[in-house]
Amino acid sequence: MNGATPGPLLEVDGVSVRFGALLALQQVSLTVQPGEVLAIIGPNGAGKTTLLNVISGFYHPDQGRIRFAGRDRTWLRPPDVAALGIARTFQNVALFRGMSVLDNIMTGRLLRMRGNVLFDALWWGPARRQELEHRAFVERIIDFLEIQAIRKTPAGQLPYGLQKRVELARALAAEPQLLLLDEPMAGMNVEEKEDMCRFILDVNEEFGTTIALIEHDMGVVMDISDRVMVLDYGRKIADGTPEQVRKDQAVLDAYLGVAHD
Amino acid sequence: MTEVLAGLVAPFADIASSPRFFAEVLIGGVAAGLMYSLVALGFVLIFKASGVFNFAQGVMVLFAALTLVGLIERGLPVAVALALTVLVMVLLAFAIERIVLRPLVNQEYIILFMATIGLNFFLEGFGEMVWGANVKRLDVGIPDTSFKVAGVLVNRLELTAAVTAAVLVTVLAVFFQKTRIGRALRAVADDHLDRRVVGGGAGRHRGRHHVGRQERRAVQPFAHRPQGAACPHPRRLHVRPRRHRRRPHHRRRRKDRRGLLGAFGWRRDRKLVRLCDRLGVPPVPPARLVRRTNHRARMRATMRTHLLRWLTPRRSQGVR
Amino acid sequence: MIYREAGQFKTSYAADQAIFPIVQDRVLVTLGILAAFVVPPLVANEYWLQAVLIPLTIYALAALGLNLLTGYAGQLSLGTGGFMAVGAYAAFKLATAFPWLNILVVFGLAGLMAAMVGILFGIPSLRIKGFYLAVATLAAQFFLVWLFNKVPWFVNYASSGTITAPPRTVLGVMVTGPQATAPVRYVAALGVLALFALVAKNLVRGRMGRSWMAIRDRDIAAEIIGVRPLRTKLLAFAISSFYCGVAGAELVFLYLGSAETLAFDITLSFLVLFMVIIGGLGSILGSLLGAAFIVLIPIFLTNAPHHLGLALPVALQKQIELMVFGALIIFFLIVEPHGLARLWQIGKEKLRLWPFPH
Repeated sequence: MNGATPGPLLEVDGVSVRFGALLALQQVSLTVQPGEVLAIIGPNGAGKTTLLNVISGFYHPDQGRIRFAGRDRTWLRPPDVAALGIARTFQNVALFRGMSVLDNIMTGRLLRMRGNVLFDALWWGPARRQELEHRAFVERIIDFLEIQAIRKTPAGQLPYGLQKRVELARALAAEPQLLLLDEPMAGMNVEEKEDMCRFILDVNEEFGTTIALIEHDMGVVMDISDRVMVLDYGRKIADGTPEQVRKDQAVLDAYLGVAHD
Repeated sequence: MTEVLAGLVAPFADIASSPRFFAEVLIGGVAAGLMYSLVALGFVLIFKASGVFNFAQGVMVLFAALTLVGLIERGLPVAVALALTVLVMVLLAFAIERIVLRPLVNQEYIILFMATIGLNFFLEGFGEMVWGANVKRLDVGIPDTSFKVAGVLVNRLELTAAVTAAVLVTVLAVFFQKTRIGRALRAVADDHLDRRVVGGGAGRHRGRHHVGRQERRAVQPFAHRPQGAACPHPRRLHVRPRRHRRRPHHRRRRKDRRGLLGAFGWRRDRKLVRLCDRLGVPPVPPARLVRRTNHRARMRATMRTHLLRWLTPRRSQGVR
Repeated sequence: MIYREAGQFKTSYAADQAIFPIVQDRVLVTLGILAAFVVPPLVANEYWLQAVLIPLTIYALAALGLNLLTGYAGQLSLGTGGFMAVGAYAAFKLATAFPWLNILVVFGLAGLMAAMVGILFGIPSLRIKGFYLAVATLAAQFFLVWLFNKVPWFVNYASSGTITAPPRTVLGVMVTGPQATAPVRYVAALGVLALFALVAKNLVRGRMGRSWMAIRDRDIAAEIIGVRPLRTKLLAFAISSFYCGVAGAELVFLYLGSAETLAFDITLSFLVLFMVIIGGLGSILGSLLGAAFIVLIPIFLTNAPHHLGLALPVALQKQIELMVFGALIIFFLIVEPHGLARLWQIGKEKLRLWPFPH
């Protein structure tokens, strides 16, 4: 954020994940400094989503450690990881289709709601006050992401681009320290991509959130990220600033390719 | 405490003391279990093929039994009654699929389950109404006598039922594993919508062309090529403009090549045309020999269209 | 035109989050509740109260409980009959053991007992979903009914094996027992239903409802967001069983008068599930509408031939009733699988414009 926490926010140390005979990740190490935007790129099947799943606690690594804000959190379950301040979006949008957009984003605040069933049942006192506070916060996020018009629409009826934006809103509602975005711009046209880029950069600058995103659009990656990490077949093949990665021979061979014209 | 222990041990003592009776009870139990397994087989078949848990399975068994008994009571011989019952149940199954299940394609499973419960009530009332609610006796000609095998009494009826059940189980297992229809049925259980895309069943001729286009569209991967690694602008897809629409190629089937005089008439027509050429006469057949409309073919085509339309699912129904 | 929202601007989040944000809704519902409390005790005859209205309120409460579990939390449960039995038998034991306890407190405690049993039988829900969970709850149904049959302590060692509601008063008015009149029992049941429906609506629009719906829609994503699945599911089971337990206690104390375990068997579970599905999964109003549908249809079917002048033999009438009931259920599911609540919503949407064309 402002360098108050010295050292990296997230350290992934030699993590390996194996699904039966398939080695999804092999000895992957990365560090994420607080306040930076890290892009993870690589061909399909390289293990990027698996890496994100491991960081958010859905899979546990067979080898290696993960440290968040200095503390080891390799074996935590997803709800505990979320409580630590890591939020994520999903590649195939995982919104709750039966609820409206507003309710979906309010689920992002569930972690911060202290609950007492009795007061909930009577809609009285602390429950009511808490509900209104969180509603105000969520409305700020809705204003920020410019989705006021679709507040009450059921999430299942939204077009794809808006669903992605609502998912981002839901992840932001948890006020995370680390935001993991899994292909936030898949399936969007140029205008929508520009909007999303703007939102991501705003989030990074205004709230100071550290962002790690998986992305395939090289233009976006080179423009907005501070650092880029390249995965190929479960192994990290490059790590550095966008210019370094663009010129790296291993990356060119494996993924980016050269123009032949 | 000792009573509990004694109660636990007593059955085993009884078994040890009368092994012949134990064998008889065992055989009877296994036979009864095999007969129940036939009903369970119905559940499993339907679940495997459609993913629907058919609550009305028991009442369908009841309906079949009532039909069989009713037909036998009306004087039909057993074999005929059996065949007719099978026919009736097949018709019932068609009707249930068309009326109850097809409109509910692609709904959640709980809705389908509740529909089968409703069907259960309906068939209960219907069966009783049609065949009467009094107790009936079913006699299919299998003797209910017993014979001794190594001193153990075996009941013929139970044995027949057990063997029938075992044979049916094996046949169905082979059917689902080995045949094409079985595999298609298993695939359908996963997703009802896929079945309509893949187009199994009636309407295969029409469906084949649809399948090609839809399958291709569904399978097309999102092209995750890195765009413009070397050049900053996204590469455009170069699309060739299509000037002519290619029509699907109709292979001229042999029965399309019909001449005036029936199936082989086209050969005679050709000979006629060649003859006319040689004679220098225009090959126009006399007016009265020209059949303006092929009524038989038209009627057949119309009937075929209507039948197919009745049997195939309408596209607007059920898909949400 | 009736539901035109023009001019109703909400200036605070509290107003937006109200249960009935539209004024017309608020007016209609208030009038409806007042009418429900006042009109039937004055106007309806004994038959209507005893045979229709009282069971309607009780089944509506049970359907509400099951809707919270199945419709909002997505856990399919077929153990409703068993949980209602727990409530009934617990209420009986408490009422006979502590005669000085207010009957409403007895209902509450019976509900708590049912909630604890519900938590116990909800533990498998962490591992299994869908139909398999339904079968696991079937175990609850059969086990509980068997338990109440087998252990005579539950019926206070009565030889008949039935439990009877002892006479109790609330504020000086006889509410249970043979002397309690139908209007009094109806008002009591309706009061409980109104309170519990309000509580359910509050739970559902707040934190609990959102975590339940998150688990129902995508439980993996919900877990990653921070919802704790076991706690949420067990709470759903607990609250739902609380509702069902109170409904079971009311079934015996306010409606049947005396009952045995046959009243709580698997048909009751299926009946309540019917009500929930036909009324609409995930809707409070749906539970009430579904209960009304399922209670009224058999009565209608029994009385219709008589009113139409047809004289059918009893057996044939029963068969036709069964057939029409089954056919109606199927028809309903085909026409509107989301239930009566969705039809109500569509009606309200149409009423925004009607009678104007656009």
